[in-house]
Amino acid sequence: MAGITLTQQASGQRQATSPWLNPKLVAGLVMVALVLVLTLIGLILWDVTLARAASSPLNLPPFWVPGGTMAHPLGTESSGRDLLALLIVGGPMTLQVGLIVGITSMVIGIVLGFAAGYLGGAVDAVIRTLSDTALTIPSLAILIVISAYVRQMDVTTMSLIVALLAWAGPTRVIRAQVLSMREQGYVRMARLTALPTPHIMFREMMPNLLPYLAASFIGSASGGILAAVGLEALGLGPQRIPTLGMTVSQAIQGSAILRGMWWWWGTPTIVLMVIFIGLFLVAIGLDEVVNPRLRGVRG
Amino acid sequence: MRGLSLGYVIRRVGMFFFTIWASATVMFFIPRLAPGDPVSAMVTRLTSQAGRVEGSAALITAWRQRFGLDDPLLVQYLRYLRGMLTFDFGYSLAQFPTEVGAMVGRAMPWTIGLLLISTVLTFLAGTLIGALMAWRRTPRLLRWFLPVSLTFTAIPFYILGIVLVYVFVFALGLFPVSGGYRNDLTPGFDFAFINSVIQHGTLPAMSIVLASMGFWALGMRGMMVTVAGEDYLTLARAKGLRPLDVLFRYEVRNAILPQVTALVLGLGGIVGGTVLVEYLFGYPGMGALLYQGITNSDFTVIQGIVFILILTTVTAVLIVDLIYPLLDPRITYERR
Repeated sequence: MAGITLTQQASGQRQATSPWLNPKLVAGLVMVALVLVLTLIGLILWDVTLARAASSPLNLPPFWVPGGTMAHPLGTESSGRDLLALLIVGGPMTLQVGLIVGITSMVIGIVLGFAAGYLGGAVDAVIRTLSDTALTIPSLAILIVISAYVRQMDVTTMSLIVALLAWAGPTRVIRAQVLSMREQGYVRMARLTALPTPHIMFREMMPNLLPYLAASFIGSASGGILAAVGLEALGLGPQRIPTLGMTVSQAIQGSAILRGMWWWWGTPTIVLMVIFIGLFLVAIGLDEVVNPRLRGVRG
Repeated sequence: MRGLSLGYVIRRVGMFFFTIWASATVMFFIPRLAPGDPVSAMVTRLTSQAGRVEGSAALITAWRQRFGLDDPLLVQYLRYLRGMLTFDFGYSLAQFPTEVGAMVGRAMPWTIGLLLISTVLTFLAGTLIGALMAWRRTPRLLRWFLPVSLTFTAIPFYILGIVLVYVFVFALGLFPVSGGYRNDLTPGFDFAFINSVIQHGTLPAMSIVLASMGFWALGMRGMMVTVAGEDYLTLARAKGLRPLDVLFRYEVRNAILPQVTALVLGLGGIVGGTVLVEYLFGYPGMGALLYQGITNSDFTVIQGIVFILILTTVTAVLIVDLIYPLLDPRITYERR
């Protein structure tokens, strides 16, 4: 019994503060913001042209390892690029992909999800079939086919291609929510008072969808980054700009792991991990904000 | 069959064929939407890689004829669909006399084996972790440890794979670096070969399992929390059943079934991740073959493998969807 009282007290205390101050949510946001702020500061302070090949000495270790210099604090790789410059250029690119994919797929998700959930009928059947189809297909496979044919790949093009296949998840989530919300009292009331449909959709229902929208934004952003890093690793990403995935992939091809050049694959991996874990924490945090039952369970 | 109406089966099988048709069609039209055609695109790529290609104009004409690219689009499309349905993907562009079907056939057992084993392991590990996370009798130490194990989930398969290679191959020297088996062994059902296959497969499987079990764990935790308030649990405890019995026979048994649907949603992601893991470990499966195809601009190989990957995933999802109502009598597809 003691355990039960304790959890009740704990959840009672949490209710006093805003659920948006969820520790996981805050921690995740801080991690993502940290990557963004540090790389933006880096863009101002560090010489980014060092990210070009043959701009620096080859295979230098980081400065704290014997042989490293402060001129290249995180070391350099086999074609003479400075890793710090690579991270500064690649980090914001990665976040940009997430932002574009997240926004695009969320907008598509809102339009299709509302259309399916609110209008119902044949529209719903078509949209549901399409999104179920899109969900079961391994999207990376289709992405590979598309990217293999696009000759001039840049970050925006890649993000839009990824977003084309990332809308199904948000659409399903939003459709399900709209479907259950449509029958609730305040929406029925609004319909009875003959408010225009767009007004009901965007002024009455949308605010209640915000946590779900945020969650699906984070979900597609992190899924988009995942797909983009995969494409970059396979050599299908942008070729002119050094991305994090491309750096890791080149490190593997240069067998950096077995040559003991851990900084070559390690530093971009750490940045990617911080981004992914950050987004993951945000997602879990949002889940707990939306679904109060999960807050009671520690973990 | 309880819970499985004829109408549902027909609709579901219809979806199956629709999905395959839709993805095959997308793959047919994408190359044709791109400026130029696949053949001259390939020659362009070859030129940019090798400096210049001897007689590229003649090559283009020859290839165009061979692939029937001068026929009307509809004829090409129907021929393409027939080829896909009969698993006739044509010849590899890079290794000319080899047929794509033969290449894929050689690689397929490796990928299917890796996928099957790691998916089953992931499902078991993830479900157990999720159940323990929500169980109120879980020891305090474990409660701290379990969420930490979930942070792996956030990391892409192949990034985790790199870390595993560093730790287990470079630092500890426990496993071989790459490949599917030792080169000096001939494939066969003897101990040395199987042992070598297991040694080579451990790290790729481990990166898939570690990176995706959290997905199942989170779903399981959610379901366990939902089940936790049920009256039958209170009754089971009041009857004085042993706590472990209550956990496995009452809580887990009721919470585990929706996990099967999670399998449906997660499979596509796992297949995509496996492609990258195979590339990283030089595993002789379809992912590595796909990477080869990409670096050689071998479009027929890319097309063939992607089609097989989609077919495999969609078939697996169909099987799960059809078995599911049989597993869970609470689910019926009577309506709709």
